[in-house]
Amino acid sequence: MKKEKAIQKLKEKFADKIVNWKDRSADRIYVDIRPNDIPEMSKYLFKDLKARFVTASGVDMPKAIEIIYHFSFDRGSLIISLRTTIAKPELEIESITPSIKGAEWIEREIWELLGVNFKNHPNLKRLLMAEDWPEGAYPLRRE
Amino acid sequence: MARIIPIGPYHPLQEEPEFFQLHVEGERVVDLDITIGYNHRGIEKLAESKSWDQVIFLVERVCGICSTSHPMASVNAMEDLGNIEVPERALYIRSIICELERIHSHLLWVGLAGHFLGYNTVWMWAWRYREPVLDIFERITGNRQHYAMMKVGGVRQDIKDEDIPWIMRTVQDLVPIVDMFKGAFMDDPVLHARLKGVGVLTKKDIHDYGALGPTARASGVPIDVRRDEPYAAYDRVDWDVITREEGDVFAKAVVRILELYESIKIIKQCLRKMPKGEIDAKVKELPPGEGIGRAEAPRGEVYHYIRSDGANFPVRYKIRAPSYMNVPTNKTAVIGETISDATIILAAVDPCYCCTERVAVLDKRTDERIMNGQDLIRLSQEKTEKIRKKLWGAKSA
Amino acid sequence: MNLKLKALTKSPWVFHLSTGSCNNCDIEILDVLTPRFDVERFGILLVGSVRHADVLLVTGIVTRKASPRVKRLYEQAPKPCVVVAIGTCSLGQGIFKGSYNAPIPVDELIPVDIYIPGCPPKPEAIILGIVKLLNILKEKAKKK
Repeated sequence: MKKEKAIQKLKEKFADKIVNWKDRSADRIYVDIRPNDIPEMSKYLFKDLKARFVTASGVDMPKAIEIIYHFSFDRGSLIISLRTTIAKPELEIESITPSIKGAEWIEREIWELLGVNFKNHPNLKRLLMAEDWPEGAYPLRRE
Repeated sequence: MARIIPIGPYHPLQEEPEFFQLHVEGERVVDLDITIGYNHRGIEKLAESKSWDQVIFLVERVCGICSTSHPMASVNAMEDLGNIEVPERALYIRSIICELERIHSHLLWVGLAGHFLGYNTVWMWAWRYREPVLDIFERITGNRQHYAMMKVGGVRQDIKDEDIPWIMRTVQDLVPIVDMFKGAFMDDPVLHARLKGVGVLTKKDIHDYGALGPTARASGVPIDVRRDEPYAAYDRVDWDVITREEGDVFAKAVVRILELYESIKIIKQCLRKMPKGEIDAKVKELPPGEGIGRAEAPRGEVYHYIRSDGANFPVRYKIRAPSYMNVPTNKTAVIGETISDATIILAAVDPCYCCTERVAVLDKRTDERIMNGQDLIRLSQEKTEKIRKKLWGAKSA
Repeated sequence: MNLKLKALTKSPWVFHLSTGSCNNCDIEILDVLTPRFDVERFGILLVGSVRHADVLLVTGIVTRKASPRVKRLYEQAPKPCVVVAIGTCSLGQGIFKGSYNAPIPVDELIPVDIYIPGCPPKPEAIILGIVKLLNILKEKAKKK
């Protein structure tokens, strides 16, 4: 699908859910949405618009953890990044792995390095850290 | 049904996590566990205490073989962040370095594949012909690996005019070598019988896992960052994205071998078209904001996401290597296949060499460790031999 | 002890162990076996089991997951076993020093006999290091 058409469909379908839309450049779009809307929008991008799931990145902030889900429209050279902020201390968000197999590892990684719980993740166990790494110690947190 | 006889050193009380654990019932692989983290060095955290310049040296060491792909993505991300334009000559030099790396990496893979299949002469020859490529690196950059070529806004070293004829000749001399490997793989009926239909990934599998590089292109998914979001000089020269439709191990090998020709083509054009001029935009600082940089490593897309608050070091540095997406595809590719095919299927996505070493085979019923990586490689080599005997009735080379 | 050192200098069998690295040093070690460098003519042989090893070639920074493996393999290696640390990472963790996942470098875990610096060290440097090592061992064997 052409990227212009994909952008239009995305904007229409999620009009009331998009908190902020930023065209940073011709091939970089950043969309802010609420945590509850991540699974639906991710699934739509992945299954309906056939975007490629690239990865997810988490950033520790003072009162929250921000996660960005990166999707690519390869033919149009476009990266759409869905940004959401999950408030501390109840760091929880619905997993997207049930819809997107390729998200399994990165959600496990964000869970163990930043401490976000991914609800209904099919295999939420340690990926990188050794068995004896202490519980509750999240290396990518700033404290 | 043949009973598997444990051969080779194994340690029943061994507790370390193997990279791949194959659960088998008889000859069939019925399940796969993948354990990573052995090489986890905390690079993203380390990046937060390095300056933007130092970070490039750090990320270069994510992987030894895809060494320059990470700095390439890194400077692409920083240039995205700062809207920085890079001098023309530097763009060509970047493509030359990246394609030389692709050549040496694919040759390395051809050698390993040869070893796993029992073609040890292929292994020796592939690695022998890597050497002239590493010589070119040493001449241009001063090192055989870890070239420290990329910097924000340009490259660190120029290519001297007097070196160009020698580089051109060395690269051109690789063509008959690639012809030889192409013949060895594509025209060998033993390898056709051995590798066709083995470890198949469909287009849907590629999409589901987000798989990349030759792994994706061998299944007919034509993604290639060099074409999709051109960087360096890739949109200034002629070349083709190589794809195949079958998605099996044979297709993955063919894609890599044919990509060698494209890399040679790109390097030669870059050497000819490269204009004179500056190689460095002399960037002094990076503004606050975020940037995304990508590069097509030999294994697929390398993706860097960076965040800056205007200071001299990153607020956040996210690295996603292609193998992170490709390795999980083995859960689909290897299940249902035989253990003698396991090694070559796992190797087909071109993971770290050291990772394919650390394989264990467990009996599904008893959970007993019955074989290790060395045993699997030997089984793989024996299968090739059996097929050769069936086809030719001859002894192995 | 005397006989073993003598045998060692004639045909050292080496076992290669990565403790968490970018694999460049590991590839250069394998490169040393290829036609251009070909150390098999020195009698140096890469073995698949540490139980047959005279020499342990170690690379990497020692990540937490690698640490128990390093200790176990060193204990299983028949003594005397010579340990060669190859590459900047195994010398002092290099650019990875301070990482949360690599608390101590190789030589604080197992004794190291010889260090070959470089990132990665060239095959020529690896061969030079091993030859120097063999000479040191020959001297030791003579003295006994």
